[in-house]
Amino acid sequence: MWPNKFDYLRAGSVDEALASISDDGKFLAGGHSLLPVMKLRLDAPEQLVDIGGIDSLSGISANGDLSIGATTTHAEIAASADVQTMCAGLASACGQVGDQAVRNFGTIGGNIAHADPASDPPTVLVACGATINIQGADGSRSVGAEDFFVDLFETALDDGELITSVSLPNCSDCRCAYVKFPHPASRYAIVGVAVCLKMDDGTCAQADVAVGGATVKAVKCAGAEAALAGTTVDDAAVNAAAEAVKSDIADWLAGDIAYPESYRQQMAGVFLKRAIAAAQS
Amino acid sequence: MSTRIFGSGIKRREDPRLITGEARYTDDIKLPGVLHMAVVRSPYAHANIVSIDSSAAEAMDGVVAVYTSEDIGDGLAGLPTAWLIPDSDLKTPEHPALAKGKARYVGDGVAIVLADDRYRAQDAADAVVVDYEELPAVIDPEEAAGEGAPLIHDDVEGNIAFRWVMGDREASDAVFDAADVVVSERILQQRLLPTAMETRAAMAQYNPATQELTLWCTSQNPHIHRFIISAVTGLNENKVRVIAPEVGGGFGSKIPCYPDEALVSWASMKLGVPVKWTETRSENYLITIHGRDHVQHVEMAAANDGTLLGVRATVYAGMGGYLSTAAPGIPTILHGLLYVGPYTMDSVFCESIGVMTNGTPTDAYRGAGRPEATFLLERMVDNVAREIGMDPVEVRRKNLIPAFEDGYEVATTLIYDSGDYPAAFEKALDMAGYGDFRAQQNSAAAEGRYLGIGVTTYTEMCGLGPSQVAGAVGFQGGLWESATVRVTPTGKVQALIGASPHGQGSETTLAQIISEELGFPVDDIEVIHGDTTETPMGWGTYGSRTTPVTGAALAQASRKLKEKARVLAGHLMEANVDDIEYADGSFSVKGSPDQAQSIQDVALMAHLAWNMPEGMDPGFEESQFYDPPNFVYPFGTHIAVVEVDAETGEIELQRYIAVDDCGPQINPEIVAGQIHGGVVQGVAQALCEGAIYSDDGQLLTGSMMDYCMPKADMFPNFELGETVTPSPHHPVGVKGVGETGTIASTPTVYNAVLDALAPLGVKQIDMPLTAAKVWSAIQDANGQEKPKRLGDLLNE
Ligand SMILES: Cc1cc2nc3c(=O)[nH]c(=O)nc-3n(C[C@H](O)[C@H](O)[C@H](O)COP(=O)(O)OP(=O)(O)OC[C@H]3O[C@@H](n4cnc5c(N)ncnc54)[C@H](O)[C@@H]3O)c2cc1C
Repeated sequence: MWPNKFDYLRAGSVDEALASISDDGKFLAGGHSLLPVMKLRLDAPEQLVDIGGIDSLSGISANGDLSIGATTTHAEIAASADVQTMCAGLASACGQVGDQAVRNFGTIGGNIAHADPASDPPTVLVACGATINIQGADGSRSVGAEDFFVDLFETALDDGELITSVSLPNCSDCRCAYVKFPHPASRYAIVGVAVCLKMDDGTCAQADVAVGGATVKAVKCAGAEAALAGTTVDDAAVNAAAEAVKSDIADWLAGDIAYPESYRQQMAGVFLKRAIAAAQS
Repeated sequence: MSTRIFGSGIKRREDPRLITGEARYTDDIKLPGVLHMAVVRSPYAHANIVSIDSSAAEAMDGVVAVYTSEDIGDGLAGLPTAWLIPDSDLKTPEHPALAKGKARYVGDGVAIVLADDRYRAQDAADAVVVDYEELPAVIDPEEAAGEGAPLIHDDVEGNIAFRWVMGDREASDAVFDAADVVVSERILQQRLLPTAMETRAAMAQYNPATQELTLWCTSQNPHIHRFIISAVTGLNENKVRVIAPEVGGGFGSKIPCYPDEALVSWASMKLGVPVKWTETRSENYLITIHGRDHVQHVEMAAANDGTLLGVRATVYAGMGGYLSTAAPGIPTILHGLLYVGPYTMDSVFCESIGVMTNGTPTDAYRGAGRPEATFLLERMVDNVAREIGMDPVEVRRKNLIPAFEDGYEVATTLIYDSGDYPAAFEKALDMAGYGDFRAQQNSAAAEGRYLGIGVTTYTEMCGLGPSQVAGAVGFQGGLWESATVRVTPTGKVQALIGASPHGQGSETTLAQIISEELGFPVDDIEVIHGDTTETPMGWGTYGSRTTPVTGAALAQASRKLKEKARVLAGHLMEANVDDIEYADGSFSVKGSPDQAQSIQDVALMAHLAWNMPEGMDPGFEESQFYDPPNFVYPFGTHIAVVEVDAETGEIELQRYIAVDDCGPQINPEIVAGQIHGGVVQGVAQALCEGAIYSDDGQLLTGSMMDYCMPKADMFPNFELGETVTPSPHHPVGVKGVGETGTIASTPTVYNAVLDALAPLGVKQIDMPLTAAKVWSAIQDANGQEKPKRLGDLLNE
C-alpha cells in the first residue's frame, strides 16, 4: 500500500527514456505488475521512467509480419482485426488477461518484461516463434521468444534495455488457439496452452505447441509437436501429444499451495486436447 | 388504501452515496495536525522478542515517536475477552495492545511509529530493528491441544483455553450404543478471511483540556467499543465518544475491539494530537479476525428406517494467538445449541475445546458457530441416507419437526419460536424438480457426466437475544436495543438507534417500519446511527439482530407516539378519543371523515403545545428499550445442482434454489440481497475460500492472488422462494435474515458435489473443494469400492 520513495519521469521518446534510466530505475508502462509489487514493498526502484507517452512504442502494423509496439495494451491487441487474422491465439490470450480494466492498462511489453510464469501472452509468443525487439543505450537487438524467457521472472533483457516491439510471423493460414485454465483466486493461468497447426490437405504439416502457467516460463513442447506433425490430428495423435506434453514440461514445472506441480502437469495434457479442439473448430 | 410501505421493495436509500463514492468512511475524515500510525508487526508466528532498536527510525524525517509495550507500561490495560462462557474452566490470557516479550502470531504488534505522513511512518516502521528468537509454532487446533505442542501462553496449560460440554455424555453413549447405524466423519471447517470491502481504520482525537477522547473507527457496535476503550484507557465512559461513520462491511470482523483502536487512543492521549491508522489489505488478512477454524469429530446415530436418533461431536476450535472479544462464545453457545437443527432428534452432545494456536485470532464471522453446526448436521444426514440406502430427501422429510406456531422446545433447551419446515422443504423441492433430477442424473452418468444435488434443511437462532440469556451464557453485555423516534415541528422524523448497520440496508428497512406504524412518508424518515453521543445505547449490529431487535424497539416507540397522536388529535377535534380512527397517516372522527388531522398536523401541535389535553407533555418524541423475550428462528431449505468435470476436478454450480422464511418481509429486495450475499459467501467456503498457513505459521494466502474470493461468474442466477411464518413474540413478526444464506449454502453445495462424486467412489474431501483436491480425490478413489449412488437407489 505504501511504496518507498521514488523519482518519476515521463519520457517523450525512446532516446530520452534510454538516456534517463538510472541504475536503480525501472521503466513504467501500464504499471499493473510493477506498482503492486512496489506497494507491497517487494521492489523499491528509486526511479520510474514512464514510457506510456512515447507514441512510437504503441500500435499494431501488419505489413507482411505482424509487429506490435511494446506499449500496446492487451485490449488493443485482443480487438485488433489484424492480430485476430494473423495470430488468432495471441488475440485470444490477450483477451483472457485479467479483467477489462487490467487489459486497458497492461501492455504486452510490460507483460513479457515482467515474465510472470502464469501470464498468458508469453505462451503464444513462444508457440508462434515471435521475436522480441530490444533497444539499449548501445543499440538494438532481437531475441527469439524462446530464448527471451529464461526462468521465473527472468528474461534476456539487460539492465536499462527497453523492449520496443514484438514481431510475429504471419500465421493466417494456421489454426491457432490459446486455452487457459484460470486460477480461481487470481485468474492468472494454472495452465495455458497455445497450439498452432498448419494443415495441408487434412494432414498436419507443422505443429507448434507451448505451455505456460504450469511452468516457470513458457515452454515450447517438441514432444507434443512431433506427436501431431504428419498426422491427421486424429484421437490417437491427440492422446499421444497429451502424454508427450507432460514430459516436455517435466523439467520446468511450477505450482502453488492450491494447485501443485503434479496437478498442473496432468492438466497440461487435458488442456492441450482442449486447445487442439479449439484450434480446429 | 394506498400500497403498504411494509413489504414493498423500495430501493435502498444507502446506495446512491455508496455507489457514487460519496460515502464518508473513517479514512476519509481528515483532521489538521494528525499523526499517522504504522505498526511494526512480528514476521514470526511465535517468537521471543529479544530486543527492539528504534534509534534509526526515531531519527528519520517526520517521525515523532516510536513506542513499544515498555513505553505504554500500564497506560493501556489488556484487551478484554467479553464472552466468559460458564462451566468451561475458561482461561483468559493477557492480550496486551503490543506484544510483551513474545509475539504469538504473524502480525502481532511489536512497536508503533507515529509520523507526520503515512509513507514516512511506513519507512520508519521498516527501520525499527527487532531481534527475535524464533520458537516452534503450531496452527492446527487439534495438534495444538495435543502432546508436545509448543506452549503459547504460560498460563494456558496445554493451550486449552476452555472445554465446554453440552448434553449428557452417558445418555448420548447409550443412544449411540443402541442405534442401528452410526456414521462418522472428521470435518474440517477451514479458516476464512472475512474480507470486508473496507479494511479496518481508527482515528483518535484526545482533547487534553476537556479530557475527552473521540474515536472514529470501523465498528459494528460503537457503544461496545466505547465501553472497552473506556476500560483499557481508564477514561470515564462519558468522556469517550466513539463514532462509526460509514462502515464498509464487517461480517463480524468489526465486532471486536482490536489493539489498533486502543493504540491510536493511547498515542493521542500521550501526544495530545489526533492519531490515525488505516489497515492495508495485507494487514487485514494478517490481523483482522479469521472465521471458523474447527476440526470436528462428528457422529450421528439413526435407526434403519431413517429416524435420526442423535448427534455428537468433539470440536477443536482454533482461537489463534489471543482470545478475541467474543471468541469463546462462537464454537460453544452459538454452535452446540444448534445441534438439533430442524429435526425431531432428541439426543445431542457436544464437547467444544477452545485451543490457543499461533494463527490470527478467530471470532464471529457471518453465521458465527451456526454454519459450523448446520454443516455437520447436514453432512451427517446425507451420510446416514447413504449408509441405510435411503434418499436423503426422504430422511429429511421423515425427521422434520411438524409445523408449530408458538414455541417448540428441543433437546438443546432452545425454544424455537415458530416454524413450518415441511412447507419450505416441499416448496424448494418443487422449485428444483427434485424427482426429475434423479433421472437426469442417471442419464448424464450414462454419458460420463457427473451431476449432483444437495439439499439442506435448516433453522437457526438469531436476533440475539434475551439479555437474561446473555447473562446466563456469560456474555458480558446485554442484548437489548434502544431507539428514539423524534419528530421535528415540521413533521420530519429522526430515528436514533443504538445499533450500527454497515451495509445491510437497515436505514431503509427501519424507515419502512416507522412509516408503516406512524404514517409518515418513508422519505421523511432518517435513521441515525453510529455515534455514541448522538444515539441511545445499543449493543450493536451482528447476529442478524438489527431488524428483529432494533426494529421492535422502533415499532414500539412508534406505537407510543401514535397513541399520543390519537389522544391529541381527539382533543384538537373535540371528539372522544375512542371515536378517533386512523388510516394512512391521518386521524379522523368516526362518522365525520371530512374532519381530520394529519400526523404532521398533530406533530406540529404537540411541539407548539398551545392546546394540549390535560396531563400530556409537549413534544413529539418517544424512546423504547426492547429486550426480546426469545431469539427468532428463521428457517428454510436450500438446494444446489452441480456438475463435476472429472477430467479437471472443476465444479460448475448450475442451479441454486433457496426458500427462506424470515417471517413477513419488510423489504423483499433487501431480503433477496441478504440471501444473495450470504449464499455467495457460504458457497465460497465450500468451493474456494480457505486460509492456508505454512508449518511455521506463515499465512500463505496473504492476498487475493492466493486467497480465493468468490466471483460473480461462479454463480448461476439464484432461484429464490419464500414462506411466511411470523414470529409469535415479535411486534411485527419478523425474523433475521442476515446470516441464513451463509448458514445453509455451504453444506448444500458440499453435499451436491459429494453426490456427484459418489459413483467415482469419493466419500470425503476437505473444504474448500478446489479442482486440484477434487481431481486428486477422484484419482485416489479409483478402483476402490464404490458407494451406492443415490440416483440408482431411487430407481431400485
Ligand atoms: C488484477 C490483475 C490481473 C491480472 N491478470 C493477468 C492475467 O490473467 N494474465 C496475464 O498475463 N497478466 C495478468 N496481469 C498482468 C498484466 O498483464 C500486466 O499488465 C502486465 O503483466 C504488465 O504490463 P504493464 O504494462 O502493466 O507493465 P508494468 O507494470 O508497467 O511493468 C512491468 C515490468 O516490466 C518492465 N517494463 C515495462 N515495459 C517495458 C518495456 N517496454 N521494456 C522493458 N521493460 C519494461 C517494468 O520496468 C516492470 O519491471 C494482471 C494484472 C493485474 C493487476
